[in-house]
Amino acid sequence: MNIKSQKDFFSGLMFMVVGVAFAWGATDYTIGTAAKMGPGYFPLVLGVLLAALGGIVTFKALVVETVDGDKLGAIAWKPLIFIILANLVFGAFLGGLPRFGLPSMGLIAGIYALTFVACLAGDTFNFKEAFVLATMLAAFSYLAFIKLLKLQFPVWPAFFGA
Amino acid sequence: MELFNNLTLGFGVAFTPVNLMYAFIGCFLGTVIGVLPGIGPLATIAMLLPATYALPPVSALIMLAGIYYGAQYGGSTTAILVNLPGESSSVVTTIDGYQMARNGRAGPALAAAGLGSFFAGCVGTLILAAFAAPLTELALNFGSAEYFSLMILGLIGAVVLASGSLVKAIAMILLGLLLGMVGTDVNSGVPRYSFDLPELADGIGFIVIAMGVFGYGEIISNLGKHESEREVFTANVTGLMPTKEDFKNMVPAVLRGTALGALLGILPGGGAVMAAFAAYTLEKKTKLQPGEVPFGKGNIRGVAAPEAANNAGAQTSFIPLLTLGIPPNAVMALMVGAMTIHNIQPGPQVMANNPELFWGLIASMWIGNLMLVILNLPLIGIWIKLLSVPYRWLFPSIVLFCAIGVYSTNNNTFDIWMVALFGVIGYLFVKLGAEPAPLLLGFILGPLMEEHLRRALLLSRGDWSVFVTRPLSASLLAAAALLLVIVLLPSIKSTREEAFVED
Repeated sequence: MNIKSQKDFFSGLMFMVVGVAFAWGATDYTIGTAAKMGPGYFPLVLGVLLAALGGIVTFKALVVETVDGDKLGAIAWKPLIFIILANLVFGAFLGGLPRFGLPSMGLIAGIYALTFVACLAGDTFNFKEAFVLATMLAAFSYLAFIKLLKLQFPVWPAFFGA
Repeated sequence: MELFNNLTLGFGVAFTPVNLMYAFIGCFLGTVIGVLPGIGPLATIAMLLPATYALPPVSALIMLAGIYYGAQYGGSTTAILVNLPGESSSVVTTIDGYQMARNGRAGPALAAAGLGSFFAGCVGTLILAAFAAPLTELALNFGSAEYFSLMILGLIGAVVLASGSLVKAIAMILLGLLLGMVGTDVNSGVPRYSFDLPELADGIGFIVIAMGVFGYGEIISNLGKHESEREVFTANVTGLMPTKEDFKNMVPAVLRGTALGALLGILPGGGAVMAAFAAYTLEKKTKLQPGEVPFGKGNIRGVAAPEAANNAGAQTSFIPLLTLGIPPNAVMALMVGAMTIHNIQPGPQVMANNPELFWGLIASMWIGNLMLVILNLPLIGIWIKLLSVPYRWLFPSIVLFCAIGVYSTNNNTFDIWMVALFGVIGYLFVKLGAEPAPLLLGFILGPLMEEHLRRALLLSRGDWSVFVTRPLSASLLAAAALLLVIVLLPSIKSTREEAFVED
């Protein structure tokens, strides 16, 4: 059996899996009746509908011809990994990871870390440029978010201040 | 002259120095992100939402609204000068706008877009002011069954007008509705799909989803593409004034675009993007005057009509939000969030309980449109400079502001982990060709729909026929069914695909 549209085939699979998972999860809660719906009623209906639509999408992907096979194309691993990593590193710097005994490093250090990791996602990486950009962003964020908007952030590493 | 009194009240609110300033900030930011490709009003509003906590509600909404309609102006600048849509609603403007710029007529193209937008924005605001009161009265007759049916109509409307596969779009709505189920069930107090994580008991933050899917997902897919030749058009923009001939062609196009855009904005599921596409298609169908440049070669009508339409649509899409409390598109869904942050329940009661907010917002839109013309035409030089900021500087900044925005909503790193997860999911959606906007709409409407469904069926003792026996509810459902049938008709289906696969 040939897949006529890769994108639709995998979308359909995703819808089916998620739909079934939600519907299955809903059975853990009280379903109730239409007049007296329990917490599981609406998600169960939605999950079943989603799974059914997923089935239709998958079926169509196997039957209906497309011009170019609707290929998924290569996955952009580099940006995917570095952008997500930049975000995670920022979170770890800002809040610390108490479970691993990592203290909070604060906003400013977090901005430098995020910018460097994010810049690695681009086509070219230039240390000096990333440093300048990080400094500009740190200065701007400090002024805008901490001074002007007075958002509650840990700004400096936890072991520095009070 | 109740309308007149109301508008006086509105202008009184909007003309205070503070609100003028926020209207300006909103319009300015809107233009900036409109000009910059790769970042849209959705991500920007999501980013700035936490920052509006500290503001008075009127100022916050005035600013956020300014970003949305300001982006419609800025988007056209990039479309005309660089051949890249700065905003998804200016995709069609690239076709003729860029050709005009190549022929050395960038000035008149920009003027046509700016003046057309201004006219349409003013008309849109007037329509908003005039229609708000009667629609609000209608909304007061709405029971739970009507609200449920209206949301069905809204969701169907959103997918019918979206590009791409209809079944997939509906599936994305369902996915959004299901994600909206995460968190504590209001009726029974049972935490659903929370995996015993206390952070999930309140549900997934919609900022988390919006940033992850629209912010990170888009950046990753943008970086994945080859650095497309961004042909930056640095030719001097000389002489903004269109010729007399231009005006003759422009005026009817602007009128048609405005009418069409205003209409499509009111419909649930409509808004700026669809309005622009529809207006361009309409212009292409009207006959060319003798001696007129053909479409696709730099016809001024191809710039004026869609730009007028997207502005009118952006303006009138506030109508369903402010009168019925139903967001017609994803940006409006974020506005619901902005209003809830400030303890304002969007819906018919806004006009009665917060008249100064309601009319102040409307009046500010007119002022904002005026500011935008000034920002965009005489100051065009600034925006041309902005276009030369390379993407490799832009994207780390966007990543940072997303992360800061997400963290500051709850001061909780858990949201940062969640946004990473949704970033991956967002990229997956891009790869699978699954449009994420319906998902966000479903996510916002999910809990509301469930509540109204429960209440409607509780009152009818479990009898589902309540949705078709109440006349208002029945007509709303009929309209939804009609929409579906129309799109599925083979003849419409082919033209719909044609409209989106614009040469």
